[in-house]
Amino acid sequence: MVKKYLSKIYMAIIFIFLYAPIVVLAVFSFNESRSRGNWTGFTLKWYVELFYDRDIRLAFYYTISIAIISAIISTIIGTFAAIGINSMKGKTKSLILNVNYLPVLNPDIVTGISLMILYISFNMDFGFNTMLLSHIVFNIPYVILSILPKLKQLDVHITEAAMDLGATPMYALRKVIIPEIKPGIVTGFLMAFTLSIDDFIISYFTKGEGVTNLSIIIYSMARRGVRPTINALSTIMLTVVLILMILINKRTSAERVSKFKRKEVKE
Amino acid sequence: MKNRTKYFAYPYIIWIIIFIALPAFLVLLYSITTKESDGITTIQFTLENFKNFFNPLYLNILWDSIYLAAVSTIICLLIGYPAAFIISNAHLSRRNTLLFLCILPMWMNMLLRTYAWMTILGNNGILNNLFSLLGLPTFNLLYTKGATVMGMVYNFLPFMILPIYTALSKMDRGLLEAADDLGADKKTVFIKVILPLSMPGVISGIIMVFMPAVSTFIIPQLLGGNKNMMIGNLVERLFIINGDWNFGSAISIVMMLIILLSMSIMNKFDIDKEGGARLW
Repeated sequence: MVKKYLSKIYMAIIFIFLYAPIVVLAVFSFNESRSRGNWTGFTLKWYVELFYDRDIRLAFYYTISIAIISAIISTIIGTFAAIGINSMKGKTKSLILNVNYLPVLNPDIVTGISLMILYISFNMDFGFNTMLLSHIVFNIPYVILSILPKLKQLDVHITEAAMDLGATPMYALRKVIIPEIKPGIVTGFLMAFTLSIDDFIISYFTKGEGVTNLSIIIYSMARRGVRPTINALSTIMLTVVLILMILINKRTSAERVSKFKRKEVKE
Repeated sequence: MKNRTKYFAYPYIIWIIIFIALPAFLVLLYSITTKESDGITTIQFTLENFKNFFNPLYLNILWDSIYLAAVSTIICLLIGYPAAFIISNAHLSRRNTLLFLCILPMWMNMLLRTYAWMTILGNNGILNNLFSLLGLPTFNLLYTKGATVMGMVYNFLPFMILPIYTALSKMDRGLLEAADDLGADKKTVFIKVILPLSMPGVISGIIMVFMPAVSTFIIPQLLGGNKNMMIGNLVERLFIINGDWNFGSAISIVMMLIILLSMSIMNKFDIDKEGGARLW
C-alpha cells in the first residue's frame, strides 16, 4: 500500500517536472506585466500584438504552408518507396533501409549543414524552395518507417487473389494494398506534418532571405531575452500540437480497438 | 506483383542518392580539402582541418559536450527507469494515459520547452522571485552549465522512459513468478531477472538521450549562455558566422564519428539484437 502511494507520488513529481514549465509559459502569456516573476493582472494584449506583428504572421504562413506541402509530397513519395522497398530482397533492401535511416540517426545539425552545402553547390537560391525541399528530405524516412510495418502485416495472398481474379497490378494497388496500409499512411502524414511544424535546426540552415518559420522567430527572439509575445505564440503552438497529438492518439487507439474486434470476429 | 512493385522504389533510390548520399559526401569532401579549393581544377586535399581540431580550445569544447551529455544521460536514466517501471506495472487502463502524458512533451517544440526554462531560471525568473519571497538569497541560475544539463534532462527524459517501458512491458511475467516460486526475494528478482531483461531498453534509452544531447546547440545557446559552448554551437558558429566550412565540416565528421562510435559501443552490450526495444 505504501509502495503504491510512493509510486503515485513519484509519477506526480515526474509530470509536474514535465508540465510545470509549459503551464508557467501559458499562464504568463496572459500576464499584464513584462516581467515574468510577478503576476499583475490578466490581459490579452500580447496576443493582439502577436496578431499585428508582420514578421510573425509571415513566419506562421511559411510554417503552415511548408508543413502541408511537405507532408503531402513526402507521404506520396514515401508510400511508393515503402511499397517498393517492401518487395525488394537481400542486400539492396538493407542498403536502402540503412541509407534511409541516416537522416533519422544523424544529428539534425549535420543534416542541416549537409543540405546547405548541397544547395550552395548547385547554386540554388535560398528561400521557400530550399526549406520545403529540406523538410521533404527529412520527412520521407519517417513516412516510410511508419508504412513498412503495415506492409509486413499485409497478407500477400490478398493481392495475388485480386490479380488472379483479373485485377491489373495498378488496380490491385489502388483497391487492395492502399486501403490495407491506409492507417500507416495517415500516421506517416500526421507525423510528417508535426515534424515539419516543429523543425528548427534544419530550417535554420536552409532558410533564405525573408523566409523564416515560427521556430526561427522564437529562437531569434529568445536570444535577445524573454518576451511576453513569445509566450503568447508558444501557447498557441502548444495548443495546436496538443490537439494534433490527441487526434493521432485517438486514431491509433481506435485502430487498436478495431484490430482487437476483428480478431474477436475471426475467432 | 512482388517483382513489379519493386520498381516503385527506384525513384526514391535516385532521391536518396541526391539528397542523402551526395550531401554526406560533400561534407566529407569539404572536411578534407583546403579553403582555397575552388572547383575541380584547383582542389587541394589536406588533413589540416582535422589537425586544427587538436587545439586545447576545441578539445575542451569536445570534452565539455561529451561530459555534459553523459551527465544528462545518467540523470535521465536514474529518473527515467523508476518511472518506466511504475508505468509498466500500472493497471492496463491507466497505462496508456500515463504513457501518452510522457510522450506528449516530446512533440512540443524543443525551442519552446527550452525557452520555458529561461523564464523559470532567469534572474527575474519565477524561481528567484520565489526565493526572495521566502526571504532566501537569489541565485545565478541561468547561463550556467547546470542550466544546460537541466534543459537536456527536461528535453530528453521521455526518450529514456519510452524504450525502457517497451522492454519492461514485453517481459514475460511468468519469469517473475517462476523466480518468486523458486524462493528469490524481491530484490533478487529485480537484479537477476528484471534488470537484465530490460537492458535492451536501457541501451536504446542511453543512445536516444546521448545522441541528441551531444549534438544540440539550442540548449547550450539559450540556457548555457555564450560561455558554455558545446560542439553543436561550434559547428553553427563556423558555418553561419565564420563561414569556415572546411573546418566546420571536419567537426561535423567528428560529431558523426562520436555518435557512430557510441552506438557501436552500446550495441556490443545489446544482448537482445533482434527484439531490441527500438522506438521506431
